[in-house]
Amino acid sequence: MSEIANTIFSPELAARFDKLVTIYPLRRSALVPMLLYAQDEVGYVSDAVIAEIAERIGLLELDVRNVLSYYSMLRTKPAGKYNVQVCTNISCMLRGGYEILDHCKHKLGIGHKETTSDGVFSLEEVECIGACCWAPAIQINYDFHDDLTPEKVDVLFQMYRDGQGKDVK
Amino acid sequence: MPDVKFTVDGKQLTAPAGTFLIEACKTNGIEVPAFCYYPGISLKAACRMCVVRIEKMPKLQTACTTPVSEGMVVQTETPEIAQARKATLQLLLGNHPLDCPVCDAGGECELQDMTFKYGAAESFYAEPKHHREEQKWSPVVYYDRPRCILCYRCISMCGEGMDVFALGIQARGSSSVIAPNVPAQMSPDDLAHVDCEQCGMCIDACPVGALTSGTYRYKTRPWEMNHVSTVCTHCGDGCKTTLGVRSTSDGSEIVRGDNRDKSGINNDFLCNKGRYAFDFANNETRITQPLVRQPNGELKPVSWETAFDHVGKKLRELRDTRGGKSIGVIGSNRTTNEEAYLLQKFARTVLGTNNIDHHRTADYVSFAQSLAGNTDRTASLRDTLTASAILLVGGDPTIQAPGTAWNIRTNVRNHRGRLYVANSAEIKLRRQAKSFLHLAPFGYSALASYFAGDAAAGSEAVGDTDALTTFREAIKAEENLLILIGSELRGKDLKKLIDFGLTLPGAKFALISDYANSRGAADMGLLPDLLPGYTPLAGNTTFAEYNTPAAPGLDMIEIFEAAERGDLSALYVVGSNPVSRYGIDPASLKDTFVVVQDMFLTETAVLADVILPAANLYEKSGSVTNSYGDLQLVSKAGDRAGVRTDFEMIVRIADKMGANMRELIPFGKGTRADMGQSRGVHSGEADRHAVWLAANNMEPKLSPFDPFAILDEIQRLVPGYNLLRLQLLSGNDQHLQPAASSNGLVQIGSRRDLVLPANDTLFTSGTLGRYSTMLSDLQHNESLRPPTGLTQIQPAAD
Repeated sequence: MSEIANTIFSPELAARFDKLVTIYPLRRSALVPMLLYAQDEVGYVSDAVIAEIAERIGLLELDVRNVLSYYSMLRTKPAGKYNVQVCTNISCMLRGGYEILDHCKHKLGIGHKETTSDGVFSLEEVECIGACCWAPAIQINYDFHDDLTPEKVDVLFQMYRDGQGKDVK
Repeated sequence: MPDVKFTVDGKQLTAPAGTFLIEACKTNGIEVPAFCYYPGISLKAACRMCVVRIEKMPKLQTACTTPVSEGMVVQTETPEIAQARKATLQLLLGNHPLDCPVCDAGGECELQDMTFKYGAAESFYAEPKHHREEQKWSPVVYYDRPRCILCYRCISMCGEGMDVFALGIQARGSSSVIAPNVPAQMSPDDLAHVDCEQCGMCIDACPVGALTSGTYRYKTRPWEMNHVSTVCTHCGDGCKTTLGVRSTSDGSEIVRGDNRDKSGINNDFLCNKGRYAFDFANNETRITQPLVRQPNGELKPVSWETAFDHVGKKLRELRDTRGGKSIGVIGSNRTTNEEAYLLQKFARTVLGTNNIDHHRTADYVSFAQSLAGNTDRTASLRDTLTASAILLVGGDPTIQAPGTAWNIRTNVRNHRGRLYVANSAEIKLRRQAKSFLHLAPFGYSALASYFAGDAAAGSEAVGDTDALTTFREAIKAEENLLILIGSELRGKDLKKLIDFGLTLPGAKFALISDYANSRGAADMGLLPDLLPGYTPLAGNTTFAEYNTPAAPGLDMIEIFEAAERGDLSALYVVGSNPVSRYGIDPASLKDTFVVVQDMFLTETAVLADVILPAANLYEKSGSVTNSYGDLQLVSKAGDRAGVRTDFEMIVRIADKMGANMRELIPFGKGTRADMGQSRGVHSGEADRHAVWLAANNMEPKLSPFDPFAILDEIQRLVPGYNLLRLQLLSGNDQHLQPAASSNGLVQIGSRRDLVLPANDTLFTSGTLGRYSTMLSDLQHNESLRPPTGLTQIQPAAD
């Protein structure tokens, strides 16, 4: 069941998924990693992604949606090229996390879970990203930026606009 | 399992080891409240309402997941527990709207009852309630999201119980909702829908008013209805449905069908037809006045008296001038046993004809004759729930007999029953089967021959004969096998299969038919060649008092052939639509006097000379027999001014024909002064019925319109219908075994195969179903669906 004829994924990812469903005692244990990897490649979890993952694991699409909707880090709509995730959990909050968030909103002209019209940035308010020691912190895609001030955020955004930011996948 | 002793609230109790505390308490009359727990489906321990204090355990425990153990000491109602439950209720009520005054569940809501009991009227939660719009998942299932308490019952009911898996839970925490399997973005109208069997079991299981039924919502309140338990008129399972009725200006309207007390033969189950398809009774096109065709060809409404006069006079005249043999009678699959019996007695004794038949949906004649001479070889519907092994040959219970399918699934899931399926189609129940034998098209005959010992027939039945051998050996190894047979097997094939089954010790049989009283119609002798109880016409002593013609009459096809030839002077059709079902040319009936008793102007009724508006099964009392031979009481629920029961109409027509009414219906104080106590029995002069009543401690019925007068006669005369009155009157089912007598067998091989399965889907029910708005809506809903095949999914690989 794991080998899918017309996969929507890249050959590398398809091969990875072919293996992934075989390494757990239960096939469905592969569901969350598959959703994450698929999101990283496609940009979000589309209906096509849901259909193929359901087929690969042998689940109903409904089951996939049930799990998918539980996790806030899984998206069903495309994000910007750079997804800015601002932490407002306790350490960041005490050190000005909300100021950073407000600044981002103002600077990018978008709100929580929204994407700029040019599709470059999207913004998200997230729970703890594990960078408490250097709060306040944000995560852009999989890259961390910490000990921030609004000024530093401006510099960061410009760096990404210029295409010099790291795009860790 | 050995019993264990334990103490609950100071009472010493005993229950088998492994019983869950909540069930043990329930059995002993101690109520432990629960929202998520539902007997027979998987445990959740999600709602925390059933918490109890168990000595030596550090915290409160959930009674629904704790098995009883020896010496356990339990408290189910203490201030501590009440406080815990109250806190749970406060959380549940955090987002629950307080729209009880308009909610369908108000008055029979578990959350309402618990709030009342534990007094969680005040809450610590002052946040605004999270409101979301209601969703219409299908014409019959609506979901009100804020009312939902996320107990998961509907999800398990749909997945485990129905094997449909159309519902899931999505999002997280207080935002969680139950989600159907067609999400809004994949739906043509951008609204979420369910792609399912529309059984409504989710609504039944819902402890609150989150899931509501399209037929009932916002119509009335539970306490404003009368609740009448009766038998569903649709398929042959004979499930108990409780109809909620309300008075209207012209009678009493059925507003709801549900499985209210779960006391019936169907246990927890009721399908969409039993739940929603009662609305044909309220159809606007229903006839409520007798219609008589005028010389100019028009149908004119007349009074009942005029109509009965006309029918009586005409039938009498035709019988006397052209003979009883020129009259045909067609009975129904949906009338009561009493009506079916009375109709054939009327035909045979008043009209003097054996030309009587009905739309046969399974070959009960061959079934009874194949089992002649055997006792305890027929199965009850209840056996499908408990049998250790079931062989299903032909048929598709999921569609034709949903109650049977529910029982089989429950049996496999909860009692580890082994299911063997042999079918030419990949029916849904194969997913529960231990072994599925995919037969070649029309391979049933070959399969029966193979089972009967003809090894060569195997290759005609299936391609892979090794699989066939394995299948047969597996069946032969089963003890107490229940053999369920679809209507595909008839005549000789049916006999071969039954003969094979009879060689297996303890095997029991059942033949699945299509309508509420298909079995009863056959048992009651709506057949041209057999009297009630499959008694042969010639040489029988049981029905000697009938004085019926000994030669077999015309069957369904022959009746219409006679009409075509001009040999049929009159046709009396009771609750049947043969013109449509058998594709009869309307012109063939032009010289026949046709009387039709029906609810609607069906294809048959429009050809009639007299149409008499009939009451349906929900508007009369009597008894019906399901496919398995389980007899149940039918109670009058609805009522409609202007219609009469078929029973009353037959009686009145017989009266107008000048028949001896006391011979037709045994009512009153008997026909003769000599009650037979002294010498009457031997002289043949005794009133046998009165003697029998006296011997059975029963009173004679006072009215000729009392169906129980005929039930008395059925019990007295029909072999196998030796029923228990108390059982019947209590609304319980009882299994009857009207096996044919083994002498004077009609040769099975020479009988014509007149079985015509109804081929109903989940959303059709013969002619009757066409008049149910809800069934039409469901068919339309089904046609809108893209063929996703979501319901015919493969089970998860793990």
